[in-house]
Amino acid sequence: MTQRTEQEVLERIERIRRRRPRITDERITLSHGSGGRATHTLIDALFLEAFRNPFLEPLEDQAVFSVGAERLAFTTDSYVVSPLFFPGGDIGDLAVNGTVNDLAVSGARPLYLSAGFILEEGFPIADLRRIVASMAKAAERAGVQIVTGDTKVVQRGKADGCFVNTAGIGVLERPVRLSAAAARPGDAVIVSGPVGDHGITIMLARGELGIESDLRSDTAPLTELICLLLDAAPRTRFIRDATRGGVATICNELALASGVAVVLDEQAIPVRPEVRGASEILGIDPLYVACEGRFVAVVAGDEATVAVGALRSHPEGASAAVIGRIADDPPGLVLVTTGFGGMRIIDMLVGDPLPRIC
Amino acid sequence: MGPEGMRFVDEYRDREKAQALAANIATLVEPGRRYGLMEICGGHTHTIYKHGIEDYLPEEVQLVHGPGCPVCVIPMGRIDDAIWIAEQDGVTMTSFGDLLRVPGARGSFLDAKARGADIQMVYSPLDSLRIARNNPHRRVVFMAIGFETTTPSTAMTVLRAAAEGLENFSVFCNHVTIIPALQALLASPDLHIDGFIGPGHVSTVIGCEPYRFIAAEHGRPFVVAGFEPLDILQAIQMLLLQLREGRSEVENQYTRVVPWEGNQKALQAIDEVMEPRPTFEWRGLGWIPDSAMRIREKYARFDAERIFDVPATRVADPPACQCGEVLRGTIKPWECKVFGTACTPETPIGTCMVSSEGACAAYYNFGRFTRLRVRQAGSA
Repeated sequence: MTQRTEQEVLERIERIRRRRPRITDERITLSHGSGGRATHTLIDALFLEAFRNPFLEPLEDQAVFSVGAERLAFTTDSYVVSPLFFPGGDIGDLAVNGTVNDLAVSGARPLYLSAGFILEEGFPIADLRRIVASMAKAAERAGVQIVTGDTKVVQRGKADGCFVNTAGIGVLERPVRLSAAAARPGDAVIVSGPVGDHGITIMLARGELGIESDLRSDTAPLTELICLLLDAAPRTRFIRDATRGGVATICNELALASGVAVVLDEQAIPVRPEVRGASEILGIDPLYVACEGRFVAVVAGDEATVAVGALRSHPEGASAAVIGRIADDPPGLVLVTTGFGGMRIIDMLVGDPLPRIC
Repeated sequence: MGPEGMRFVDEYRDREKAQALAANIATLVEPGRRYGLMEICGGHTHTIYKHGIEDYLPEEVQLVHGPGCPVCVIPMGRIDDAIWIAEQDGVTMTSFGDLLRVPGARGSFLDAKARGADIQMVYSPLDSLRIARNNPHRRVVFMAIGFETTTPSTAMTVLRAAAEGLENFSVFCNHVTIIPALQALLASPDLHIDGFIGPGHVSTVIGCEPYRFIAAEHGRPFVVAGFEPLDILQAIQMLLLQLREGRSEVENQYTRVVPWEGNQKALQAIDEVMEPRPTFEWRGLGWIPDSAMRIREKYARFDAERIFDVPATRVADPPACQCGEVLRGTIKPWECKVFGTACTPETPIGTCMVSSEGACAAYYNFGRFTRLRVRQAGSA
């Protein structure tokens, strides 16, 4: 083998990196569902390849298209959370709020939802009644109606109690075109509230850690907050709710789609002490932990202060903060200045964040 | 968890104290001289990365990530053996979370789980014991890995299982020991390491005395350090001070946790249940004598290697893998013959590529961003 220079090695890695992702796994593993790199590979190499069209291609959380004079947003999501009931909510709240939020982050007003249930033989009707009541309440709060649905029952052992799928449709009444590719240097990155509450609540609710806390899921509809933001900061570039993969994953998607650097300030990111504490114990980074009622937004730099002010006027946005800014170099990279005064790179995860042994 | 607990941690993350330490470190460095300091423990690597500690260090000080990441050093053959056990009838395999994704030659635990094996994540071997107790018809195996930090808890769990008379619990023992690995590293003539940041958690068990040969026979200063960023900066300061004064001693920065003599009770539990193996393979480093533990004959009924007809898979590291040289600081990651070709983060060969914080994986992912470029972006 001939001697390679450092530059040659780096260029070779860059070429490999730019190649279209290929699926090398023979079977689906849990990593494919984590929202990280494995999920992206699956979507790019399999789903996008088969279904390719201009509405799907931007890979936003919803498709936006015109029907007659109206611009509509359309989305779907499935909910498989375990446990089904947890402090602050249940699978029913999640199924409504998650889909409402996927519509709202496009700037749309959510209108109608569908609800599909996959139920395991033996599942208690009382639990189903509770879930459905939560969905009705969440729909009322979010101002949407559940207008169509479906029910399937599978044999015992073929599903984990109850899975819910919802699809939703909304209307864009503003002339906004929000996109992960729209961020530019000088913009500000905003988060609407403390991050990681939902993910840590679920981990603690599974009872494996033996930690008691008063933490509750942050599941909530984001429609009102997003209206306030768009009224205050009309040059908002991008909004996404920080679900699977957390704030870190969104920032990585943003950096790649816009070809910019995202520079976060760790100390400015609101994290509750309980979430920070549990994350320390588990050796995971709250930036990767899922939220169900928080969004990350990119707004024009000169609109950041007024945007945060508007969010803070709403009880759900009381902890909203500017957490970083968009820079031009290095493109595609997410950096965080640490509270300690150093810097680190926030990479996209391969799979779920797993507790560390050391 | 109250806010008091977090304040305790925050004391060791104080920015002003860090700046004062960094200023002192700068005065201890001779301009132009290179200082290669190895942090042995994967936990230290994580802290250094998470808090951006290298940003406080002068260019002359280079941190070299050592062989102390337990999931990184486990050889592929042992992962394959563990998967083979997991795929036997009636077996529930239990494992720490971060091992689930580490690949053997036949994929990872996650892949085996996808093929149908019952593999569960646990936070402690006692969780495995509970699973065994609650599922008497399952044969529950704990995938035991780690240095002396986790070995006592495995030993105590075996003792508890024996006391309870559990018959469906066993341990697949892969515990390794740090001293033989350091001996192997120090025995090489081309070692470019001037001092060591010693592993804090391991030392709570084995104490500080076992490191004396490093200072005495190999003339390298050794400072046992804690896991908060100020701990590590202070340890670096202590190492540089020793080097400046021409000393090589074992010092303990982590006195709030590490007793000089270690934890005799933990050592006794290990000695009761386990004995050294004649030799054990380390990913990327090869076979190292007396570098791992196995379950003693007396506790054979809890030893998965005896209970199951484990195939003892051997997956030779490709001869081109130069992890040892990367760890010794002899070559840079990109100079390794298989770096970026046969060995990538998706298909890692050596230990340095397995963990995202390993020297090679970090270089693969971020080598194109020089520290200067990153710093400029951060301060722009």
